[in-house]
Amino acid sequence: MPIGDDAVAGNGLLDRRLFLKGGLVGGLTLLSASAHGVERRDWMKTPGSSLSDEGIPSPHESHVKRTSIRTAPGTSGSGISSTPHEHLDGIITPSRLHFERHHSGIPEIRPDEHRLVIHGQVERPLSFSLDSLARYPTVSRIHFLECAGNSGALLMPKPIQGPCSSLHGLISGSEWGGVPLSSLLNEAGVKSGARWILAEGADSSVMSRSIPLDKAMDDALVALYQNGERLRPANGYPMRLFLPGWEGNTSVKWLRTLKVVDEPAMTRDETSKYTDLQRDGSSKIFTFEMGVKSIITKPSPGLQLHEVGVYPISGIAWSGGGRIRRVDVSADGGRSWGEAALDEHVLPKSLTRFRIPWRWDGGPAVILSRATDERGEVQPTRETVLGARSAAGFYHNNCMQAWRVDPEGTITHVYI
Amino acid sequence: MSTFKGLVLAGLLLGSWAHADELGPGLGEPVSHRALSEMDFTVLPNGDGLPAGQGTALLGSALYDQHCASCHGEAGVGGANAALVGGVGSLDTDRPLKTVGSFWPYAPTIFDYVRRSMPYPSPGILTDSEVYSVTAYLLFLNGMIKEDVVVSATTLPRVNMPNRDGFVLGER
Ligand code: HEC
Repeated sequence: MPIGDDAVAGNGLLDRRLFLKGGLVGGLTLLSASAHGVERRDWMKTPGSSLSDEGIPSPHESHVKRTSIRTAPGTSGSGISSTPHEHLDGIITPSRLHFERHHSGIPEIRPDEHRLVIHGQVERPLSFSLDSLARYPTVSRIHFLECAGNSGALLMPKPIQGPCSSLHGLISGSEWGGVPLSSLLNEAGVKSGARWILAEGADSSVMSRSIPLDKAMDDALVALYQNGERLRPANGYPMRLFLPGWEGNTSVKWLRTLKVVDEPAMTRDETSKYTDLQRDGSSKIFTFEMGVKSIITKPSPGLQLHEVGVYPISGIAWSGGGRIRRVDVSADGGRSWGEAALDEHVLPKSLTRFRIPWRWDGGPAVILSRATDERGEVQPTRETVLGARSAAGFYHNNCMQAWRVDPEGTITHVYI
Repeated sequence: MSTFKGLVLAGLLLGSWAHADELGPGLGEPVSHRALSEMDFTVLPNGDGLPAGQGTALLGSALYDQHCASCHGEAGVGGANAALVGGVGSLDTDRPLKTVGSFWPYAPTIFDYVRRSMPYPSPGILTDSEVYSVTAYLLFLNGMIKEDVVVSATTLPRVNMPNRDGFVLGER
């Protein structure tokens, strides 16, 4: 195998360009082509099944489901479900696999009876139906959505074992389409002096969050579409707030009212929850932006390496502050690093897919990734994130994630 | 439903506003003051938005047992869901306990949250005065008020919460 000279870092990390050059072909097992060109597999002998009005995944992929569903005792609608990143690729999460965090279940909203009302410190309180919003100039953008509690388990004293999705499944990527909130606010006429907006959902908890007006006027959307289709009920049908790059809870689903106010309302979900308790007993509040971060989705726990050889290391990187500039990968626990290749779509506040080839020699390895965004912010270590934080804190964790590969090819979660 | 009928009616009577943003078709319908007050749950930290009505912990105790104890435990502790009582003084220790008493900065937020979201299986089932009473009971269990204090729009904002100044703006 001609790859000895292509090492870019210790323990088998190879040049990212090898994938592009096709230089790895000799190193990867090729599917053997049939010698007789006319052989037919079973499914080539008769016409397949009929056309249908809705596509579903192959039955052979039926294990690819949302995982780690955790709910509060006795209340099946309050809790989380996770995106199975270890089985996915690219930067768009299929809508059916988008993570969920609901506070009081998924409401069944009849769209013709639903209204979005903008009121408070405005010249003209206004009410918008779904049909009228659908007539506004619409934009569509590709963005990640991450729950503030994603990866919170990594702040526990001992590494929790489980698949990538159970640790990092509260992040997904989608194309979101909708109306820029600024155009609706301008129509209502925000009074001078107002600085915040209280957003409420039409679920049975009437979930509410205060949003700085600056963000609302900047890149906020009232989203009607996800991945080309109308929002699914679990993602806010018929309309949701979408705040690119900010903690998921602020992108209030089933959006019913936006009240323009002078000061934040200090709601339960911005005080009791989603704040960062420090060791001195104080709590940081309104820490909205999700930090620069990356995770290796393949290989990861639950995916066994069966034989020595070349494997693609692949993962996702994102930053609430803009585009990803680079992702570095280490196969020796952070002693040496090689720069990963980024897939074509490197978009602001979006998942970015990275890849780098790695030759596993059968020995122990610790693989991890480190993202840098266009502002030069670098993904921190666990110690840095813990910093002055309370041991009980778990929100807003963007620390590096390490996976240990043992000689049997089994992968576990480790701290380095 | 009635609210939205009201909205549509108000729209017909007043006609659509012509102040459209250049970018948009200007399809927002005016909303009447009455419709707004019927849909607004907001209670601000200073008590703005608190409705008429009043309650006491004495009255709240039975309401709590009936509507809340099954999930949050008798007297706010030991339930399967969030503890609502205790933890004062624990926030800077290795085992911080965040509750309505130890962590929430403003008493009016208890009213706001319980009215909009609780009891979990049937939010909206309590009258405003009953929400005042349940709020009073939680404050009493946490040692913030006496059992017979009348809690209302005037008194609730004045209740001193221990973690009132515990939240700081700033970089993570
Ligand atoms: C069926 C169980 C159930 C019942 C009954 C119930 N709750 Fe809750 N409560 C919950 C759940 C679940 C949550 C968390 C919801 C979420 O996901 O945000 C919660 C959250 C709360 C919180 C927020 C706790 C915190 O620290 O953030 C308060 C306060 C509360 N409930 C008060 C009440 C009161 C008062 C009642 C009775 C009027 C009540 N609950 C009845 C299940 C219940």
